[in-house]
Amino acid sequence: MSAPVKQRRWPLIVPPLLWQLVFFVLPLLFLVVISFWSIQNFKLEPDFTLKNWSTMLSRTTFWSAYAYTWKLAFVAAFGCSLLAFPAAYSITYHLSESMRRIAVLLLIIPFFTSYLVRVYSWQVFLSDNGIINSALSLLGLDRIPMLNTAGGTLIGFLTLCLPLVVLIQVMGMSQIDRSLIEAARNLRAGPWRTVYEVIMPAMKASLVVAWLFAFILCFGDFVSPVYLGGGASPTLSTLITDTTKSGQQWPRAAVVAIMMIVTLMATSLVAVRYAYRGGRK
Amino acid sequence: MSSQSNKFSRRDFLKTTVSGTAVSVAAGGFFITGAARAQPQATLNMLAWYGHAEPDIVAEFEARNNCKIKPKYYTGGDNMLALIAQSPIGTYDLILSDAEYVPQLQKAGYIEKLNPKDYPFDDFFPEFQKFPGHWQGGELYSLITRFGFLGVSYNTEAVSEKKARSYKVFWDPAYKGKVGHFDWYLPNMGQISLLNGSRAPFDLSGNEFAKLKSVLTSLRPQAAGFFDYGGTFSGLKSGQLQLVGGIGDWITGVLKKSGAKVDSVVPDEGGLQWTESFCIGKNSRNQELSKKFLQYISSPKGQSKSARMVAYPAMVPNKKGWELLNREDPAEAKRQGMVLSGKSCIDDIRSGKIRFRELPRRQNIEDWNDFWSDYKNA
Repeated sequence: MSAPVKQRRWPLIVPPLLWQLVFFVLPLLFLVVISFWSIQNFKLEPDFTLKNWSTMLSRTTFWSAYAYTWKLAFVAAFGCSLLAFPAAYSITYHLSESMRRIAVLLLIIPFFTSYLVRVYSWQVFLSDNGIINSALSLLGLDRIPMLNTAGGTLIGFLTLCLPLVVLIQVMGMSQIDRSLIEAARNLRAGPWRTVYEVIMPAMKASLVVAWLFAFILCFGDFVSPVYLGGGASPTLSTLITDTTKSGQQWPRAAVVAIMMIVTLMATSLVAVRYAYRGGRK
Repeated sequence: MSSQSNKFSRRDFLKTTVSGTAVSVAAGGFFITGAARAQPQATLNMLAWYGHAEPDIVAEFEARNNCKIKPKYYTGGDNMLALIAQSPIGTYDLILSDAEYVPQLQKAGYIEKLNPKDYPFDDFFPEFQKFPGHWQGGELYSLITRFGFLGVSYNTEAVSEKKARSYKVFWDPAYKGKVGHFDWYLPNMGQISLLNGSRAPFDLSGNEFAKLKSVLTSLRPQAAGFFDYGGTFSGLKSGQLQLVGGIGDWITGVLKKSGAKVDSVVPDEGGLQWTESFCIGKNSRNQELSKKFLQYISSPKGQSKSARMVAYPAMVPNKKGWELLNREDPAEAKRQGMVLSGKSCIDDIRSGKIRFRELPRRQNIEDWNDFWSDYKNA
């Protein structure tokens, strides 16, 4: 590549690099630094102590919250992907061009309202005297505890992620060469086999990226575990708030936050590697 | 109308435009001058729990002193300390603090010394004239303005008052999965400490602390969850929660006004007192006006307003405030026990049934809070 072309690229490369440096790398470094600081009289004091790390990593509560958060986020992301797939399939292959545009718009609309408000409104449906349980009672069925349970949290996670996952899957499916699907049908592959052996492999990267987005959002979410899960089993995000309430222990909260970031980075690396494995020819 | 009359000549246009502009300029000038005249001369930055800088409390003071009170609301003492620690000294003119955090504010140098002669302590009940932690080395640092009791809050359709008069009701199998906790270790653990018979619920020996942990852990299967103000509020209102520990009339009082079937009682084992006090922020640029606000809020009028605060009601320490409240709103005075004759809320304090909420004395805050996290996770 010639030197002038390289020079012309700099104005495009520098702003995002600066953005990442100022709004991601520097705060992250600061987070790492304060995890070694101490607290005296409710104030952060520069220090170099490993006590915050040893205290947090030796607590059973931390590891229980870690496992619970991971499990919830994994199940929610997996459930989201499963539920989203038929919707994405219908939007991509069964709707006309104009209807597809409307469907995509409808998927974007939930993001216009606050997530917190949407989660609060779920309480009206999920509470013991709420709409769903009242309907069950009318039908002579037993009430099902939904609010303040892990199930409630999962419903909140779906509210957060499902539209986004459908959108990513729609975009992925739209990129698939339709002649591949027609070829599969001509070769007498049934609809399930076409989905499993043609569509899913062709959009593997989109499926994984959609799952990853859902996992990342659920892993760090604070709202659903608190307002639909009742905070009954702490997730890592609730553990961060609990820790800061404990005499301003921001350094210990920083340890939890770093562990979350490391986990998400590792998960992302594995997921992206899997998504593109064997895909480049 | 003829077509001639519809014609709008260039001259007409200019005339209209010029006269219109002149009127606009004149009117604009009038409004600008008026606005400048009405412009508040000073802004007081207040750090407080939600409600303290709302119009029902501060509008009269703002109008009388031609100033504006700009709130920054927090939820909880630790949040308050964090906000102060993260801001340059002098950011906040007025700081509302839960009483147990006043010594930390003073120790960290976040608040100014007050002159007791500026405030109506003679009108206060004796219990509040030298409130613990507000005086350091004979100097005053904070002015108590309101307080309330924490006990058992309950759904009156599901739980009888008789049952609610003991913390033991939390263990009643009939309320399994219906017991909520306000998500803050201090009031919840203090209440269990009272149940265990500790007369000083925050000054526990090692054995007493171990007993507190074991008794509280036994409550975990009953707990529906751990809620902030909004969660507690909606849980009680919808009937999802039938019993809540760690709160009192400051939440159920608001719900009752909107018709919810809830109430709070101080159990026979005793209750805790939350206390709110105003301080003047260190190096505040509006110290004189801040002092005026403290005088206003501790005056009978300010106290009567504070007792009926829309966000959350409270009892007040000024006897003359009680007198005014009984004249202005006798029903609310009676509801909160601020009556001038007969048994009043002060009698509960005098009988020793009420203990002040404090930070743990013999253990670290972390020990209590870490156990609270473990309890939530149990």
